[in-house]
Amino acid sequence: MIEQRPTEERRKSSAALDEARLRQQAIGVRLRQMFDEIVNEDVPDEFLEILRRADSRAEKG
Amino acid sequence: MSESPKPASPRSGADDEAFKRELVQLIPHLRAFARTLCGDPAAADDLAQDAMMKAWDARASFQMGTNMKAWTFMILRNQFYSEKRRSWRQSQLDQEAAERTLVAVDDPEAPVALDELRQGLAMLPPEQREALILVGAGGFAYEEAAEICNCAVGTVKSRVSRARRALHAILDEGAYDRDGAAAGDAMRSILADAERLSTVR
Repeated sequence: MIEQRPTEERRKSSAALDEARLRQQAIGVRLRQMFDEIVNEDVPDEFLEILRRADSRAEKG
Repeated sequence: MSESPKPASPRSGADDEAFKRELVQLIPHLRAFARTLCGDPAAADDLAQDAMMKAWDARASFQMGTNMKAWTFMILRNQFYSEKRRSWRQSQLDQEAAERTLVAVDDPEAPVALDELRQGLAMLPPEQREALILVGAGGFAYEEAAEICNCAVGTVKSRVSRARRALHAILDEGAYDRDGAAAGDAMRSILADAERLSTVR
């Protein structure tokens, strides 16, 4: 009975640690998703157009 | 002009083609990195285009076979800071983020809402944000991120860990303190604290 309290406390704090770790993992996953979402977008034609123009300039001179 | 071959020319058309192929594959990543720095998608695409052209113009100085992704990210980052978009963006986004956090979260069950995460990121000091993005989302090793940010590896590590802690705290405040005012105050104090810490080297 007397020892119940510290055990309970320990369990609570380890549960809090687990929760913090899970939360941190969730943030990490979300962060990658956010970045990958943009990576997976179609690249606007403008980018390739600009590069094409620069390339033909390079060929000319 | 002359009939002699061009042994003096260090680059061939084939070199340029190989460079261009690799550069084109990196465009989506440059856009993503630019957006995390700029926030605004249109400004981010301008920045990514500038960086792409800078990389193309500097292609002769790139060593084929080395890490082109890290190299182009470094160019983009330098471009971003040299144009002083930083101060413009900082003041604008911090203000917007602070205002939006006062709005209640739509889905209380969502573990980490994307919008919340964006707002949380915007609250971080820029050095911490870019370190976290490069390592946590861009897939760079600490050493590569240090090279991109032109700082020591240990600095990147501490920025990433501070960013993680701050983001965690910001998101939790957002999730648990929905009445607005308290969350806003807490976030401002976290931001001030993070800013203070980031000036200590």
